[in-house]
Amino acid sequence: MSSPAVAVPSRGKPAKANLSGAPVRRLLAPAVIFMFVWMIVPLVMTLYYAFRRYNLMMPEVTGFAGITNFKLMFTDPTFWDSLINTLVLVGASLVITVSVGLGLAILFNRTFAGRGVARTLAIAPFFVMPVVTGLIWKNMLFHPVYGLLAWVFRHLGLNPIDWLAQYPMLSIIIMVSWEWIPFALLILLTGLQSLPEDQIEAVRLDGANRWQEFRHIVVPHLGQVLYVVVMLESIFFLTSFAEIYTTTSGGPGTATTNLPYYIYQSAFFQYDIGISSAAAIGAVILANIFSIFLIRFVAGNLNTGSRR
Amino acid sequence: MKDRTIGGILLTALAYFVALVMFFPILWMLLTAFKTEQNAFTIDPHFLFVPTLDSFRVALEQGSGYLHYALNSVVSAVVSTLVGLLLAIPAAYAMAFFPTKRTDFTLVWMVSTKFIPAVGVLIPIYLVYKQLGLLDNLAGLTLLFTAMNMPLLVWMVYSYFKDIPKDLVEAADIDGATTLQTMRKVILPLALPGIASAGLLALILAWNESFWSLTMTDHTAATLAVYIASFKSAEGLFWAKMSAASVLTVAPIIVLGWFAQRQMVRGLTFGAVK
Repeated sequence: MSSPAVAVPSRGKPAKANLSGAPVRRLLAPAVIFMFVWMIVPLVMTLYYAFRRYNLMMPEVTGFAGITNFKLMFTDPTFWDSLINTLVLVGASLVITVSVGLGLAILFNRTFAGRGVARTLAIAPFFVMPVVTGLIWKNMLFHPVYGLLAWVFRHLGLNPIDWLAQYPMLSIIIMVSWEWIPFALLILLTGLQSLPEDQIEAVRLDGANRWQEFRHIVVPHLGQVLYVVVMLESIFFLTSFAEIYTTTSGGPGTATTNLPYYIYQSAFFQYDIGISSAAAIGAVILANIFSIFLIRFVAGNLNTGSRR
Repeated sequence: MKDRTIGGILLTALAYFVALVMFFPILWMLLTAFKTEQNAFTIDPHFLFVPTLDSFRVALEQGSGYLHYALNSVVSAVVSTLVGLLLAIPAAYAMAFFPTKRTDFTLVWMVSTKFIPAVGVLIPIYLVYKQLGLLDNLAGLTLLFTAMNMPLLVWMVYSYFKDIPKDLVEAADIDGATTLQTMRKVILPLALPGIASAGLLALILAWNESFWSLTMTDHTAATLAVYIASFKSAEGLFWAKMSAASVLTVAPIIVLGWFAQRQMVRGLTFGAVK
């Protein structure tokens, strides 16, 4: 199994060539096969179902459906609502988490007594199970009578808001943002802490003010980090599910039905495998729009030196 | 550089304030868990009250089933992490120490599976699981968690292996050690802290996972996510109990998460941010 063309240059010794054949493949194979079976095979099956007549309530109706499922999906107003809701949820949560996260990262990048404790408290929401987030907010904070926000509003002399009924999408955005601001904060803070100190010293000596320093040193350096945060969060926000499942169940009407919830409903309540698969393909394509850039970025970073 | 100007003090106060606002829902849940049901469900919230452990007792008592769901959560999170590591370590080892022309592609492919939305594979997996009798089955759920965390584990372990000089593997090789011996005796001890933190992150993500548990399990294999979600129709009746169950579910993970902060950045951004 010794192949001379093994791609282990520079320090390559003959002894090593032996090892890059079968044993290595044997080490790699289980993980590759596992991921293939659990992710790629189902993905191909979804694509197959998307072109089939397949409803669990009508098992006798089978066969190739052509683009019928896609046609039905595109004429279903709920699909369009869910697509728009998905984009609104992703867009608004992105704006909120990134801007608030950046503000907090700058705030926590200063040295002050008890910074560790404060930061630790601020990032805690990220570790809360999304199901718990949904229930706590829905019941104890958003409740129009017994919720804490209603109490605050009454004390301010305002009418309490029935959040989930009056502003359902905003409520979902608030919950999702609450969970993900810590993520943006943590990553942006890591980015800030690796700022080139010498450059900052240099521009300060040149008499740059705080704003110029921020604009010309901090922003470009953070640009890369922001890019990663935006891409990762987009992919995670696209698949938000538990927060909606536990609070609004997609409603009122279709006000908070996003793409994952639409797929869940058409598969598990209308038993229409064909249409839900077509929508699932849509979700995968949407996610890919973001992940292609991200994957390219990760791939580019792959071999630029190991850290520290 | 500690800042003792007025502005500095204000910024510090602001940082504390924001931290408290962010933490408040968790604090409120914690407080509610120590209330009686009557105290928990009031128009004017009680901030001062006599704490009681009643709700915890109710949440944990035999009939609630909490322990059944907790056991499922522990088993699925721990086993999925261990199986994930068992598959990821050899793969990462091969890619880190014996790269071939295809290694970069394989690694990027592995990472990219993380970005396939779960709904994209939900329907076939559901139907196949139904055929195989794996619905509401703990093994089936655990394997899904493994698949979910595999890209992250492979990537993280790979990046820790990359920090270890290749010479060590070569030296062991020349001394006549087999691949498995080298991996077990030389590399694993060195990478253990990294592997542990990768495992910790996978454990947290599996514990908090709700999508697969909600869609693929019902009772037998249901995890705490499903149990807590069952409170969604309990309008005001069981707020203290719900909070107590939530605290028991969330608290250990928050504590673990605080330890995993740094590794989390590295793991979740796939090394793009260090």
